[in-house]
Amino acid sequence: MLLSEMKEGQKGRIVQVGGTGALRRRILEMGIVKDAEIYVEKYAPLRDPMELIVKGYHVSLRVEEAACITIDDIR
Amino acid sequence: MQQKSLTIALAGNPNSGKTTLFNNITGTRQKVGNWPGVTVEKKEGIIHKHGYNLKIIDLPGTYSLTPFSIEEIVARNFILEECPDVVIDIIDSSNLERSLYLATQLRELDCCKVLFALNMADLARSRGIQIDADKLSELLDVPVVFTIGNKNQGIDILLKKAIELGESNAVVPQSRRVKYSQDIEHSIAQLQNFIEEKKNNIFLYNTRWAAIKLLEDDKIIKERILQKVGNSGHEILQQAQLQRKYLIDRFNDDPEIVMTDERYGFIVGIIKEVMTTSTRQRVDISRNIDLILTNRFLGFPIFIFFIWAMFQMTFSLGAYPMQWIDSGINLFSASLDGLLPNSLLKNLLLDGIVAGVGSVIIFLPNILILFFCIAIFEDTGYMARAAFLMDKIMHLIGLHGKSFIPMLMGFGCNVPAIMATRTLESEKDRILTILITPFMSCSAKLPIYIILAGTFFSAKAGTVIFAIYFIGILTAILSGRLFRSTLLKGVDAPFVMELPPYRVPMIKSLLIHMWDRSKMFLKKMGGVILIGSIIIWTLSAFPRNITYSTDYESQIKKVKANYLTEFTTGNENTKDSIEKKRDAAISKILMAQKAEKIEKSYMGKIGKAFEPLFSPIGIDWRGSVALLSGFVAKEIVVSTLGILYATEAEVESDALKKALLASNMTSSAALSMMVFVILYLPCLATVSTIRRETGSLKWTLFSMGYSTLIAWGVAFLIYQGCRMMGLG
Repeated sequence: MLLSEMKEGQKGRIVQVGGTGALRRRILEMGIVKDAEIYVEKYAPLRDPMELIVKGYHVSLRVEEAACITIDDIR
Repeated sequence: MQQKSLTIALAGNPNSGKTTLFNNITGTRQKVGNWPGVTVEKKEGIIHKHGYNLKIIDLPGTYSLTPFSIEEIVARNFILEECPDVVIDIIDSSNLERSLYLATQLRELDCCKVLFALNMADLARSRGIQIDADKLSELLDVPVVFTIGNKNQGIDILLKKAIELGESNAVVPQSRRVKYSQDIEHSIAQLQNFIEEKKNNIFLYNTRWAAIKLLEDDKIIKERILQKVGNSGHEILQQAQLQRKYLIDRFNDDPEIVMTDERYGFIVGIIKEVMTTSTRQRVDISRNIDLILTNRFLGFPIFIFFIWAMFQMTFSLGAYPMQWIDSGINLFSASLDGLLPNSLLKNLLLDGIVAGVGSVIIFLPNILILFFCIAIFEDTGYMARAAFLMDKIMHLIGLHGKSFIPMLMGFGCNVPAIMATRTLESEKDRILTILITPFMSCSAKLPIYIILAGTFFSAKAGTVIFAIYFIGILTAILSGRLFRSTLLKGVDAPFVMELPPYRVPMIKSLLIHMWDRSKMFLKKMGGVILIGSIIIWTLSAFPRNITYSTDYESQIKKVKANYLTEFTTGNENTKDSIEKKRDAAISKILMAQKAEKIEKSYMGKIGKAFEPLFSPIGIDWRGSVALLSGFVAKEIVVSTLGILYATEAEVESDALKKALLASNMTSSAALSMMVFVILYLPCLATVSTIRRETGSLKWTLFSMGYSTLIAWGVAFLIYQGCRMMGLG
């Protein structure tokens, strides 16, 4: 499933980070890399962007950007 | 004895406590400037410690050394080209894994001595994170020191270690670096050998590092190699292309992506060895605060409340020191008046400089408070939440949530606000934000609204001022949309933004923060506004020989004579009131004389020349002169109005209010003038900042022309609309 489809409080493992160019590399450099565990902390009041916890810190990502990231759901 | 000197650069992620540490090391002995050629703030300080002159340089906070943003380019170039003796990487211990990304890149540079400061060690411990510093030091072959920046702990040891490291002749060790997978290591080795062969002894960088950068297709390094190595540079780049192609085929992905992945893989390995987290769940205060502050229902109301509170603080609390300054200036002005003989110079001093600068310095309390509030937002970490909340809305204008921060600061002063656009990564985002930030009404414009709205809408002044601000914001939004779909089309920058844990701000850094920015305001006052005041005064004081329409002198004589007869015939009891009446009559004549004098001055002539342009929006020649003078600095508008309406004490707003009410200005004209003020071309200081930040004369002129046209159009609609509705 895609990261953008995850609900608040759901946890997953990153399978693949898609996208192109600088954007993709920037996402990777912030630690959102393959095999990292990712937790959806919340969505902003206007449902975009979303707040994630990855590698022990909080980071925000737009929903459309999260749609480039494929996740394996961990229950 | 000559002291030895060392250069120490501080590198680190944003929010790693780097600035706090820097402030604690250098204290107030810091110099804030710009990095050459770019507009990223450069902070440095020189201290004397342990018998050394230490030059400490605060590099911009970055997450990596990949040259995407200006900050990253600046930081990397400094390390590569200035070769500081020691680079201290400040690592947020509670956030070790991500911090190590920059750390490994620093290690990989292999050109300088690196020292790790594991900062915020207390915070990490309280979160149940244990870090084995010895192990980390051994694994990366780097000295490691624990520090607690905000409690000033470990800093002495850190500096001692840095000096030790700087003085040691140890060659930078080559062994403990990131190891990539076999294929990549193979390509690196091949390329490295090729470079070794071709470099002609003039190669700039460590060859392994250069090979890695070439495989990553790093444009800056490619250019530098071509510049320096000449012909064989082309061969090197060709070889790099071949290796890149091989790797792309091999991994089915770009090498830079694979290498980023592998670097994190390497970091995960280190983390496993050096970090243990106790599994006991702890209460995460920051997370709990965020449950409220970015709550779906409460987030926005709280946000709006904070902004409202900030403006309340700025303007209600600021009113008291404003009164003190006001009386101080009046006292100063009065004593100067008594001390100096009448002369042209005295006029210049009192009516020009003291009145002009005085009417500006009075806003210093407001500006101090506003910047203090913004510093609190930044230092607590709330600014990032504001960007998080606002991103959706900003995205609708085609902007990044981060653009909200400079735009918010625009309410304080456009100059630092436009400088704050540097945090935006994409050039287009930056230009777009710079173009619309001037529509955020800066605090220097506020006195104009206070005077005009206070005079013409007394009871509803607050609402009117709010509406004016709203018009500015709306114009910014619509202009943003317009530019994004026409002049500045393009993909938006990614919104990968850290939401740092909330922190209790340190009063010292708040004060430094506030002072840095207020200094800019004071500098502006010393320079631009002083010159502006002198120019305005000169224009209004010359030409000296004016033929008046009526003979004011003889009128005054007549009045004196009239009252004299009354005075001698009247009895003792009425003498006082007669005297008062006489003085009032005389000052009325003097005022009329002064007004005519200004009307016939160069200033009046300029204003009248522009009158046809301003009359459709209800502004007379006095208003046009004031608005024109506002180009020098918005603060001057009020003082110019003061001079033009010939009130006796320019800095005293009550006198100006009375004069405005007595003039033929209507409330719809006042409204139109306020709208014009919020939208029309920004002040000289802002224009020069725009020029510097966009690096383009074209955009600067565009910004000036666009804003003035919009201002005129909106003011016209409002003025004519109000008149049609019969609002006077």
